Amino acid sequence: MVDNLNAWLDSALQTLLFIAGAPLLAGWIKRLKCHLQNRAAPSLFQPYRDLVKLFAKDVVLAEHASWLFRAAPYIVFGAMVLSAAVVPLVAVPLPASAIADVIVLAGFFALARFFQALAGMDIGTAFGGMGASREMTVASLAEPAMLMAVFTLTMTASTTNLSIAIRHILAAGLVLRPSFLFALLSLAMVTVAETGHIPVDNPATHLELTMLHEAMVLEYSARHLALMEWASMIKLMIYAVLISNIFLPWGIASRFTVAAITVGTLAVTAKLALLSVLLALWETVLAKMRLFRVPQFLGFAFLLALLGVLTHVILETAV
Amino acid sequence: MHLSALNLYGQGILVSAALVLFTSFVMLAQTRIQPLIYAFAWQGALLSVTTALVALVSGHSHLYISALLTFGLKALLIPWMLYRMARRLHIQREVETVSHPSLIMLAGAVLVVFCYYVALPVAQLSTLVTRNTIAVSMATVLLGMLLMITRRAAVAQVIGFMSIENGLFFAAVASTYGMPMIVELGVAFDVLVAAVLFGIFFFQIRASIDSLDIDRLNRLSEKAE
Amino acid sequence: MMPLDLVLWLPLAGVLLLALVPDHRIAGRINVAVAAATFAASVWLAWNVLRTGPEMSPGKLFYIDAFNVYLVALTAFVGMTTAVFSRPYMEHEVGRGRVGRQRMRLYHAMYQGFLFAMLLALTTNNMGVLWVAMEAATLTTVLLVSLYRTPESVEAAWKYFILCGVGIAQALFGTVLLYFAAERRLGAEHGDTLLWSVLHNHAAQLDPAVLAIAFVFLLVGYGTKVGLVPLHNWLPDAHSEGPTPMSAVLSGLLLNVALYALVRVKMLVDGSLHTQLAGHLMMGFGLVSFLVAGLFLHRQHDIKRMFSYSSIEHMGLMTFAFGIGGALATFAALLHMTVHSLTKSAIFVTVGHAAQIAGTQQIEHIRGLILTQPPVGWGLLAGTLAIAGFPPFGVFMSEFLVLNATMKSWPWLTVPLLLGLVIAFAGLLRHLQPMVYGIPPAGQVRVRANMLPVAVHLALVLWLGLSIPLFLSGWFEQATRLISGGLSL
Repeated sequence: MVDNLNAWLDSALQTLLFIAGAPLLAGWIKRLKCHLQNRAAPSLFQPYRDLVKLFAKDVVLAEHASWLFRAAPYIVFGAMVLSAAVVPLVAVPLPASAIADVIVLAGFFALARFFQALAGMDIGTAFGGMGASREMTVASLAEPAMLMAVFTLTMTASTTNLSIAIRHILAAGLVLRPSFLFALLSLAMVTVAETGHIPVDNPATHLELTMLHEAMVLEYSARHLALMEWASMIKLMIYAVLISNIFLPWGIASRFTVAAITVGTLAVTAKLALLSVLLALWETVLAKMRLFRVPQFLGFAFLLALLGVLTHVILETAV
Repeated sequence: MHLSALNLYGQGILVSAALVLFTSFVMLAQTRIQPLIYAFAWQGALLSVTTALVALVSGHSHLYISALLTFGLKALLIPWMLYRMARRLHIQREVETVSHPSLIMLAGAVLVVFCYYVALPVAQLSTLVTRNTIAVSMATVLLGMLLMITRRAAVAQVIGFMSIENGLFFAAVASTYGMPMIVELGVAFDVLVAAVLFGIFFFQIRASIDSLDIDRLNRLSEKAE
Repeated sequence: MMPLDLVLWLPLAGVLLLALVPDHRIAGRINVAVAAATFAASVWLAWNVLRTGPEMSPGKLFYIDAFNVYLVALTAFVGMTTAVFSRPYMEHEVGRGRVGRQRMRLYHAMYQGFLFAMLLALTTNNMGVLWVAMEAATLTTVLLVSLYRTPESVEAAWKYFILCGVGIAQALFGTVLLYFAAERRLGAEHGDTLLWSVLHNHAAQLDPAVLAIAFVFLLVGYGTKVGLVPLHNWLPDAHSEGPTPMSAVLSGLLLNVALYALVRVKMLVDGSLHTQLAGHLMMGFGLVSFLVAGLFLHRQHDIKRMFSYSSIEHMGLMTFAFGIGGALATFAALLHMTVHSLTKSAIFVTVGHAAQIAGTQQIEHIRGLILTQPPVGWGLLAGTLAIAGFPPFGVFMSEFLVLNATMKSWPWLTVPLLLGLVIAFAGLLRHLQPMVYGIPPAGQVRVRANMLPVAVHLALVLWLGLSIPLFLSGWFEQATRLISGGLSL
């Protein structure tokens, strides 16, 4: 009973760490990109300052905004927090992931996206509708790819429970799995598309021709905007943690001892920092692609995920 | 054989086999000539890595020779010849328009499933480390054929043809640890001659229809005149 | 093994020698001489095998039995007579300016290369080398198909190259599977397990499931080269656009060799499967080819194209007969292989002259050959009648035997078979009549023609139709016993 309580407590702490760490990750990536592109870099903590500043401001609402527009930021943020709760960050045993598996995780993402798109259309401006339609286009292609990539993992571990799956991979030791290679690449491509990074989207610009994510939140201000921004930072963090903890699970704590958790925290920090370097490099090297090319990009991601599943069946199961 | 029953080299065979399959798909997706040639070269290189790993795991030292032969021929010589040819014909930057690219990819995935189904009885009989890759090698053959069917550029068709040869070599390695040396040398010789002949043909086609678009080779057909 | 060495080394030496001879007139003579010497060696080899039975070369790489030795002799013979025809014919082409000196060097060297590839395919005991030789046969002829460098010939050569290349790739996959099945049973004595003789001896132990898959791949692969419908697309193009001597050897020899490979494979598969799967597949493909090609005969406008469809038709019939199996059908198929080769190469020789006389290959512009140049006209008439299956000729004999065998085992299949024969007959004669008897248009001139090969071939076919010489029938019987595994007739 005490163990159980401990686990829940740890789970809650882990989720808090997740939410609190997300802006740091975003700040780190921004800094790396600035360095790579020979620009003066903002402080690592700039995202926190931005959030604080936004929370302090007064909300300006559009005239035609309905309750949906006001509720959406909370729903989106809530969905992201719940998603964060089921992804193991520093320790594997996560009671929450027994309740909600990866498919529910995808469901949370879908829920958040749905309300975000509705809110985008709610005001009735051209940008909002355009952004919503583009977001849904991208999502409808990215989601199957993500699920397919996740299926590769779940087929290997014979479970959709993230905690158990990661423990399974951890227990197997170093095994070269061709299917994981494909799933990893696919998930990376989906991450780039879903979190609005180059070459699919560039949140740093507000160009009507290219905006995806930004077009939807254009009308938001103050705390609403802060929640939306924060939610998207958490989303990026979730994807990054998924990639690093599924494909490179080493270091993650499997028991609740202080030493293990310290190692786990350090390991996940190192993995995320490294992953961010790759992302920043990727974003610096590539140019943004035309919107019409995005389906091809995601189609390729889907193909990779499919290949992952196929190679799992063909190469990795006993005949 | 389950994956974890293999040692790291054995797993390496599977990974590089999967990558060979992946390069097949890259070729299918790539519409520009120059990257297509690079993808083909990568396939050859990965194939020779696979062969070398198989040699290491199985202890069949003659496979090292095959691996070297493959590397020299499929990863260096033939891509280089194609590249030089493309440069001389000024087509290295050409982009082909392929209709329904996503559909072709999907067809490729369906082919992989089909190969798995066909190769299953063969794989079940085998006791080799590589038995699971038989389906992959067959898929490489069929994907090469798909590439040839869906493309109109002569260079792309040649690459499809050579990729089929890659698949066949792979099949021999996967199912029997390679063919007897005399056969393998004979096949390699044939492939080399074929590559040279293809080069000659590029110039002949270019001279006769002033393009390398095979669609324009349409004078001979069973139509009532 | 002197004669066998000679049979293989002579054409190979011919390739090197002819590649070095710049003068095409001398090269033409050398070509004839080498082909004749090869033929002499092949007769010697045949004589040896006939007297002492099957021979295996010391390294086990070559194996000569009754089945392939007669094909070796036939190949060398047709190779020789076509070389005789090719000399004046190609000189005429050079005179017309269709080919240059350099390309004539290529032509002669590749002619011998092609003969070498086919003889290697026939004599080898190794299934892998058989594949290599088949592919080499494509590679040597592909540049000859595009010899004239017209857009049509380049297109035909490209099609030939790509389709045959892809097709034959399937055969290699089948060969790999064959090797796989053999290694599993016979252990991994590398180099020995792909030998046909070893495989044949142990056929019963090979895994039937693998062999069935292998056979499908091999059928598609070698079937492409045989020209079985629907894999035949390359054949009419390659035959019609290349120089005529090439058409003669492609049609008369290459198709035979491909079918030979297929039958060898069938012998293995039958030994393992103990079902009629291979036979049924071959019957199906054969019958479809036979009927479709017969229909296509009617709508041809190009004379060489028409006769290449006739080749598809006859290859279909042979495949069908081999598919039926039994002793009678196999005997008929072997006989048909021989008479078809002889007749078809004779026809292509005649057609080559006819096209030179008319200056075109278009059927509607070739008229009144008998009036313009009687030997060519009569040759074409006799050859076409022979190939259409007119009674005194050997083709009639073999087709009659095929019908007989069909009647015995598949009575209801005689109906489509007879129908196909009638359709093909009508298709050929319909185009033939005006070409031979019509009124020659102005400007049709006589050419220097060497009709000796035609006369010899047709005389042989006539002889085979009237009575099969004892040594040949004994030979066929041996081969029949070997292939069908059954009793003699």
